[in-house]
Amino acid sequence: MSPAPAPARKLRVATTSLAGCFGCHMSFLDIDEHLFELVELVEFDRSPLTDIKDVGPCDIGLIEGGVCNAENVHVLREFRRHCKTLIALGACAVNGGLPAQRNHLPLSECLREVYQFRPGLENGQIPNDPELPLPLDRVRPIHEVVRVDYFLPGCPPSGPAIWKFLTDLIAGRTPRLAGGLLHYD
Amino acid sequence: MSALPATPTAALDGVLQRHGHYPTELLQILIEAQDLEGWLPAPTLTHIAQSLHIPRSRVEGVAGFYSFLYTQPVGRYRVLFSDNITDRMLGNAELMDALCRKLWIEPGKLSEDGLVSIATTSCTGLCDQGPGMLVNGRAIGQLTHRRINEIAEMIRQQRPLELWPAEYFQIGDNIRRKDSLLNLDMKPGAALAAVIELGREGWLQEVQKSNLRGRGGAGFATAVKWASARNASGEPKIIVCNADEGEPGTFKDRVLLNSYADLIFEGMTLAAWAVGASEGFLYLRGEYRYLLPQLEAVLARRREAGLLGRNILHEPCFDFDIRIHLGAGAYVCGEETALIESLEGKRGTPRIRPPFPVTKGYLGRPTVVNNVETLAKTCLIALGGGEAFAASGTAQSAGTKLLSISGDCAAPGIYEYPFGVPIARILEDCGASDTQAVQVGGAAGVCLAGYEFQRRIAYEDVPTAGAFMIFDGSRDLFDVARAFVHFFAHESCGFCTPCRVGTSLLQGFMDKLADGHGAKADLADIDWLDRLLKNASHCGLGSAAPNPVIDTLQKFRPAYERRLVSLDFEPAFDLDAALAEARQLTARDDPGAHLHTHEEEEK
Repeated sequence: MSPAPAPARKLRVATTSLAGCFGCHMSFLDIDEHLFELVELVEFDRSPLTDIKDVGPCDIGLIEGGVCNAENVHVLREFRRHCKTLIALGACAVNGGLPAQRNHLPLSECLREVYQFRPGLENGQIPNDPELPLPLDRVRPIHEVVRVDYFLPGCPPSGPAIWKFLTDLIAGRTPRLAGGLLHYD
Repeated sequence: MSALPATPTAALDGVLQRHGHYPTELLQILIEAQDLEGWLPAPTLTHIAQSLHIPRSRVEGVAGFYSFLYTQPVGRYRVLFSDNITDRMLGNAELMDALCRKLWIEPGKLSEDGLVSIATTSCTGLCDQGPGMLVNGRAIGQLTHRRINEIAEMIRQQRPLELWPAEYFQIGDNIRRKDSLLNLDMKPGAALAAVIELGREGWLQEVQKSNLRGRGGAGFATAVKWASARNASGEPKIIVCNADEGEPGTFKDRVLLNSYADLIFEGMTLAAWAVGASEGFLYLRGEYRYLLPQLEAVLARRREAGLLGRNILHEPCFDFDIRIHLGAGAYVCGEETALIESLEGKRGTPRIRPPFPVTKGYLGRPTVVNNVETLAKTCLIALGGGEAFAASGTAQSAGTKLLSISGDCAAPGIYEYPFGVPIARILEDCGASDTQAVQVGGAAGVCLAGYEFQRRIAYEDVPTAGAFMIFDGSRDLFDVARAFVHFFAHESCGFCTPCRVGTSLLQGFMDKLADGHGAKADLADIDWLDRLLKNASHCGLGSAAPNPVIDTLQKFRPAYERRLVSLDFEPAFDLDAALAEARQLTARDDPGAHLHTHEEEEK
């Protein structure tokens, strides 16, 4: 897992979390001291690390989480439009994951249960402020909404897995996780 | 019939008794137990498990595996429409719809009074006289709206099947071209007498000289297979005739079983003589169960004539008898190791080879599994000699081949040709015009386009188990491939993940294209799935499953491309519709409450 030879220019990387828990981002931070090597190879665009709000032209986009509402669709499409390589990072982006548990229930039941019928709630109503993105009827893995180039499974993928994946990608090798690094839980 | 019986009946105990309480008979027991009640209620399964001293889970596992075994109530009239592409081309969907409407039921559901259930099933081998259906296991061909009307009426009147018009159940042979095999008029026992004369070794040498190869598609040398089983240790040795003719578009075995059964049973006995086998099975696909009584009659006649049983034709130590084993609707059981599992009363999951059946087959004994047509052909060799047999056909493909011809042609049916016959000649003979493509060898076979019609039927060029489905210029080859993909997804045995998941994903992509959501990216994903299925599957079913897609993508790519709505990516669902429920719940209709399916429209 030697660091890759630095490419001619730094690659631009964006990351975001859609219907996720930021656990994959936390795992990303678990590459620890490799972060120093990484910033030699890449620069970050939109990402919780930079606080840039809108994604610009990038080489690599990492998407954590599935697609649960209209805003997720917009952000995901923006990433797809701007990133040459788009990666589904972690179980929720790959399969919908935990948020997709609600797919077994009608959306109306979920919303009514939370906003109208919860014990202790008075005059509850389902929020309808236009500022709020509407939820989709089902939570979707991101590859059902845009084309995805790579899938990195795991809940979350481990720091070493993310590091191996990125160094492969940066070095121009097709990312390949050997047995120990590849897991789905 | 939906009422649960309080206790398993004496009749069920009779079934168990008749099969000697052998767990290897489980599939046969389940089939007969189902005959009693029309389906297999839980107490029946429990009782069978207890009587056979096997786990309940194993009984349930077998009952759940086969399409024709039902662990949920089905109608007293169980109607299954054959759903091969040739049935579809003849309008089976419209007919099924008509019958459902007349009987007020939905496909796949049981009518409230338990009278009738209607569903589809894989190819029933009636492609030359389709659309076909099975009613309580009885085959009916040549369905028309008139027949459907009459059938609806008879079901409503609850008329027993025995009182339905006899012509409904007449399945014609439709033999259109005869060559050496179909012209053979052999007195039962004549071939046997000839090989007993030759001695076991001499007979095997004749088979070797004949260059006979398996007619099931793979083309393995019959003499090599027989010699291997003969030299393998373990007794008693077994001869199995594979009459699980499930490949969509194939029906030659149906005709041989119907009109040439003596040749088949004699062929099995010839094999037994060469191998030194004493037990034989004919594995009859469930769809051909209606042939069972007449086949049993032929066996009885042969026993009486001293052609089966002990000391056949007074030859000391030549003991051989044949039992017929019924399948119950599982295409994968045509694969020889899956077939052996099924013979042993298990789920039809293919085994890992080696060991091959010739050394370790049925119950671990040396077992020869041959195709129906292969065995029938051995009679020709016994009577005419190996060299004469080898003289016809081509260098690597001796003898003749039966073709089951269906689809867009004037005269569908059975055609026997010497190997080496060009596709174009066949098309001419059967009266096909404006032919766009021919699917040779069934769903797992090869799709040939017009520029390939000079190719020849032979192991060295276009090998086939016999299916020959013709598609004229009016057909859409994408629909053909999609029908076959659905077939494989349905027939995957579920044992290995690449096939179980891969066939289902492939089906998803084909449906996505069919529904008008296709994108260029899907074609790349389909390519990838094709490779995965081909390389990673456990058995031939999975590795053949992508064939129709690979061939049609290569030869009829525009049929796919014209379905694409995007050159990049397209979701398989309507994004805006996915917000509809939330819109309704929030009474919102502002621009933020909508999504365009195409991203470009948003700007």
